[in-house]
Amino acid sequence: MKAGDLGELALRNLREAVLRSSLTTLGVAVGVASLVAWLSLGIGLQALATKRLSNSGLFDTVIVTQRRNLQNMRRPPQEASPASGSRVLDEDAKKEFERLPNVAEVYSQVRFPTEVRYNGTPYSTIVAGIPASAQGNGSFDGIQGSFFSSPTADEAILQLELAKDLSAQPSSLLGKDLVVRYAERQALPAQANMGDPARGDGNDANAGGFSIVPKEKRLRIVGIVETEPAAGFGGFGSGRLLIPLEVASTLRAAQINDLRDAVRATSGKPAYASLTVRAKSPSQVQGIEDAIKKMGFGTFSLLDATKSLQVFFKIFDMLLFIFGSLALAVATLGIVNTLVMAILERRREIGILKALGAADRDVKQIFFVEAGVMGLVGGIVGVLFGWVVGRAVTFGTNLYLKRQSLPATDVFAVSWWLVLLAIVLAVAVSLVAGLYPASRAAKLNPVEALRYE
Amino acid sequence: MVTTGNGMAVRAERVSRLYEMGTAVIRAVDDITLDVHKGEFVALLGSSGSGKSTLLNLMAGLDRPTGGAIFANGKNLSDMSSLELARYRSKTVGMVFQSFNLLPRMTLEENVELPLRLAEVDRADRGRRVAEALERVKLDKRLSHRPSEMSGGEQQRAALARALVNRPTLLFADEPTGNLDSATGETIMLLLKEVQETLGMTIVMVTHERPLAERFADRIVTMADGKLVSDGVRP
Repeated sequence: MKAGDLGELALRNLREAVLRSSLTTLGVAVGVASLVAWLSLGIGLQALATKRLSNSGLFDTVIVTQRRNLQNMRRPPQEASPASGSRVLDEDAKKEFERLPNVAEVYSQVRFPTEVRYNGTPYSTIVAGIPASAQGNGSFDGIQGSFFSSPTADEAILQLELAKDLSAQPSSLLGKDLVVRYAERQALPAQANMGDPARGDGNDANAGGFSIVPKEKRLRIVGIVETEPAAGFGGFGSGRLLIPLEVASTLRAAQINDLRDAVRATSGKPAYASLTVRAKSPSQVQGIEDAIKKMGFGTFSLLDATKSLQVFFKIFDMLLFIFGSLALAVATLGIVNTLVMAILERRREIGILKALGAADRDVKQIFFVEAGVMGLVGGIVGVLFGWVVGRAVTFGTNLYLKRQSLPATDVFAVSWWLVLLAIVLAVAVSLVAGLYPASRAAKLNPVEALRYE
Repeated sequence: MVTTGNGMAVRAERVSRLYEMGTAVIRAVDDITLDVHKGEFVALLGSSGSGKSTLLNLMAGLDRPTGGAIFANGKNLSDMSSLELARYRSKTVGMVFQSFNLLPRMTLEENVELPLRLAEVDRADRGRRVAEALERVKLDKRLSHRPSEMSGGEQQRAALARALVNRPTLLFADEPTGNLDSATGETIMLLLKEVQETLGMTIVMVTHERPLAERFADRIVTMADGKLVSDGVRP
């Protein structure tokens, strides 16, 4: 029989038993909806976690330090090869890192204690330099006000707790000025030529010594962030007053590790305590880390944690797939039942078709098409159901998050591949479910079938 | 081996059809040899359970014999695959049943079109052929009616139109008047006779009504207990 005729006959059969066909199709739809909803939840949560963690800088960041392998200190000198020897983490090294493939940016960490004066009252806190790239960081999603207008703007973003200390109405601080008092490092005159006075982030203390001079800086408050930004472990995690990294660098403020570096014996070249190297994506961290290690520096990243996270979500998705599939498995039994019942009801009709010249395969194909159509329609309706369930859960979740004063988020992600997978799976499962009934119908003896009342 | 040659439409050669019912063996058709000539109207006469419908089903390719052979168009039906047998039923054979066997969910037009769909006839030709077949049985004004909206006689005429629509050479009718009153039955018999005479079609009809057989058939074959008991050309 031609495909068009086959389709027409199959659809006619489904229409004639519209209630039963609809209920069976609904069963498939519920199964597919369950599958789509569970998998969407898994994918959504994975995407959410990946996005948050990726934005946090935890997984695309390599912290580079000068290699200080204490174990090596006990080894005989001949064991340390030149390639694995320690190198100074200086400006040259920073430039080398910037030239590495897949490196998004390299910056030093600037963090120092300060006293903030607002309305004449002093408050002690920590200032942290924030790179311009942190604007895309999820930490600034719910910012009141705005991010820094430029990397060199004399502007500040306050962490909410500090803002509350400064004013009972934190939002009223936006647009106001505050004064930051800090300790500026000034190289001792006799050794000034060894440091770079124009570069505050470089550790000119290494040049041989420095003096501390109190300084003040006026900054305009442009934003307030609710949660403490944590752009990178070991980064500006404890910062309550955030200023552009370039501005923080030019202040040449004495940092927490300066005293330690001042007494450490070095080559005399200005060096950084540590550098943060950001990869373009977390998957490129390993390559960058390996390259930097080969250059003779110490590195640290949370790459292994990323891998563990991926494994966790793979298992999580698999479990959700199994849970979701259970409903679909039950639905396939519904298809088998419906088609077997149809064979009983249409036994005589099958006999007539065969008497009129229908081949076994024609009969089989009619039942197959019926199963396939139920699967296809069930799959499409199921995907829509799943999507609606996803939207409803997202809506409910966001309502709850809003009440908890947390930013809205999308916990479901219905991707195109999932839609296609669900529909293809629904059709495939339905066809498999139709195998037995179709085969049974095709094998009916026409004489016996015609005798059936 | 004897096969259907010139002038032979279908030949049953020592055909048997046995059914096993537990330990008992029922010989529905028992070693029958029968030649049906082209254009012949043969009536298979016999009481209920004589095996006439079983023989008809074997010749129509609806069932396979357990012994012997049936030849049609020079081919042994027993050697045919399931698909070939389906093609034989579709292209060569037309069937009319006692209980009409129209599909109740389909209109008259759709019922008559069904064999054309199964034979993969082009859609463009179908309408004309359906109209021709229905015109022959004088039901061309009832296209959209369903079987439940038609009388028994009309349903049997519709079944005849369906049997003829693929232009078969063999028409097998199993008690075609069994569910009809005598007047309507006569109308059907007249139609069968007309089909035989105008189209030159070979007709094998199962009936237990001797008067009808004697009036319309060219030849009467009588069966009893699965065996052929008489074979005579009507005077």
